[in-house]
Amino acid sequence: MNQPSSPQTPARPAGPGPATAFHPWDDPDAVPLIRFRGVTKRFGDFTAIDAVDLDIYPREFFALLGPSGCGKTTLMRMLAGFESPSVGAITLEGRDIVHVPPHKRAVNMMFQSYALFPHLTVEQNIAFGLKRSGMEKDAIEARVAEMLRMVQLQKFAARKPHQISGGQRQRVALARALAKAPKLLLLDEPLGALDKKLRQQTQFELVDIQERTGTTFVIVTHDQEEAMTVASRIAVMNEGKIAQVDTPGRIYESPASVYVADFVGDVNLIEGNARPVGQGMAEIRWREGVPAIRGQAAEPLVEGERATLAIRPEKIAISRERPEGRNNVVQGRVHDIAYLGNISTYHVRLPDGVIVQAQVANQRRIARRDFTWEDEVWLSWSDTAGVVLMR
Amino acid sequence: MDFRRFSLIALPYAWLLLLFLVPFGIVLKISLSDYALSIPPYTPTLDLTGGWPAIRDFLSQLDFENYVFLTEDDLYWKAYLSSVRIAAIATFITLLIGYPIAYAMAKAPREWQPTLLMLVILPFWTSFLIRVYAWIGILSSEGYLNQTLGFLGLEPVTVLNTNIAVYIGIVYTYLPFMVLPIYSTLEKMDYDLIEAAQDLGCTPTEAFWRVTLPLSRPGMIAGCFLVFIPAVGEFVIPSLLGGSQTLMIGKVLWEEFFNNRDWPVASAVAVVLLLILVIPIVLFQKNQEKQQE
Repeated sequence: MNQPSSPQTPARPAGPGPATAFHPWDDPDAVPLIRFRGVTKRFGDFTAIDAVDLDIYPREFFALLGPSGCGKTTLMRMLAGFESPSVGAITLEGRDIVHVPPHKRAVNMMFQSYALFPHLTVEQNIAFGLKRSGMEKDAIEARVAEMLRMVQLQKFAARKPHQISGGQRQRVALARALAKAPKLLLLDEPLGALDKKLRQQTQFELVDIQERTGTTFVIVTHDQEEAMTVASRIAVMNEGKIAQVDTPGRIYESPASVYVADFVGDVNLIEGNARPVGQGMAEIRWREGVPAIRGQAAEPLVEGERATLAIRPEKIAISRERPEGRNNVVQGRVHDIAYLGNISTYHVRLPDGVIVQAQVANQRRIARRDFTWEDEVWLSWSDTAGVVLMR
Repeated sequence: MDFRRFSLIALPYAWLLLLFLVPFGIVLKISLSDYALSIPPYTPTLDLTGGWPAIRDFLSQLDFENYVFLTEDDLYWKAYLSSVRIAAIATFITLLIGYPIAYAMAKAPREWQPTLLMLVILPFWTSFLIRVYAWIGILSSEGYLNQTLGFLGLEPVTVLNTNIAVYIGIVYTYLPFMVLPIYSTLEKMDYDLIEAAQDLGCTPTEAFWRVTLPLSRPGMIAGCFLVFIPAVGEFVIPSLLGGSQTLMIGKVLWEEFFNNRDWPVASAVAVVLLLILVIPIVLFQKNQEKQQE
């Protein structure tokens, strides 16, 4: 079993007491908050969700990640109660919620459009849900004040939504959705409308608020960086199915399929005939006359099967001389260089025309770059850097 | 300001001047004149060939006598009051009927909406008069309504030549003016807001009262003004469908002009009607401006 040493694996305090690593999904005694069992949703002939099983644990920050049309929004709308599954069961704390209407669920949602009521002030928007729950007037006022403080909008309490900025609206939407202290908060592309800088800042605020309130968050996003930043676990979705559910670190380092490897981050994919070489390793013969390349096998495989080696560009080293003592070595010519400031991506063309990307941190200034266009270079990576995938 | 911009702005003002202000000035002038058995049936008439003395002589003959007369005969203020009342009640009924129609249209599948919109506008393609006459055919004592009631074994009802017929006529005629503005506000509304309301604990009915209805208020206000303002001065509907006891200022105005041939008093009635309507018209403009913010 390969254990990735990723900095993105979250270590969170699970409730009061000494800080321990937060991974209830590895604990066989942990009780999930949300449970999907065999959930299928069809719209006419179109199957939006296809036999999904999924467990989400209390206090998790769970991300549903996938391209548009993969079914992530439908899955979330089923949690909110706006859609019901064609087949299957969804439970919240062990109770079936399939037939519970949205207004009776202890689930709140932050809409992509924010859906702030334009005829109400910021304060009234936040109080809206509390008033429906029949709370005392004083208690409502106190809770609204608390929420305003949390999102630092005390000064804007009396403004209407059209009188505040996009980032402020986003925070009002969050405060409104959290005001009723739901068991589960759903966030539909919550940061999609913000510019990049604000988005990154808000991501950390979201994580902070999630940890402070201890609410379970489910976020829907198509932005893999966002999912990696905020989530404790990510479900990568593809055409109504869940391709993989895992921590951000494992999604990135140990993708279960070519689809996941390709969707999350940049990756080089080299296809060939696989051969197991023991200790969970496999080699791939990908071209006549060159040595086979090696990687960790994602699952047991049979000799001669077609398989794909997935290797991240930042794990490939680039050198002028042939490196010694490495199994995974290929030669090529620099075809293109993408200079991004902090890093450069070298697109190296192998003799058969395949392009392999190698990423190098720019520790020196650009004028002193070691390689340039049309240079003959060697690419190499360690045996454990790549993953051999069957699907 | 360059000439092109000036002409662009001048055009609507010229239009207003020619087609609103000038006729209004003429009516105002007639209302200040005296009744006379002549053609035209009032005096004085302006004779510009006489020069300044003639104009000064002309102005000195104008007075407010007709306005004073309007306050002396209670027919007029009763007619104004009754018109406003009938128009207000009719507007309210139109709102009650128009809102659900607009709501259903906005909720209908997208591909149906142009057709539904067409159906609302369709009655305008036939003459308004013919449509009102059609109502006579329906509501008269031997009309389709009573035939149907008779067929069902029910007592016949007298509707034609009562205020009820006037209400039916106004509601029927002005319904599109109510439906269209309400539909346009409902159609623009973000459906996420309804889902957000339900998500925060509203039943679908509560979501309607707390979100949909307040957000469609500008459309409702616009619709009410669009019905109320012309309904106050309505003449055709009360005179064709209403009875002798139906008192509306439009009818009084018509009788002054054509039965009594008293143009000055009729003009005074018209000017006062306009002044009464200025208030709702200004309010209507305010509402439109607020909506555009």
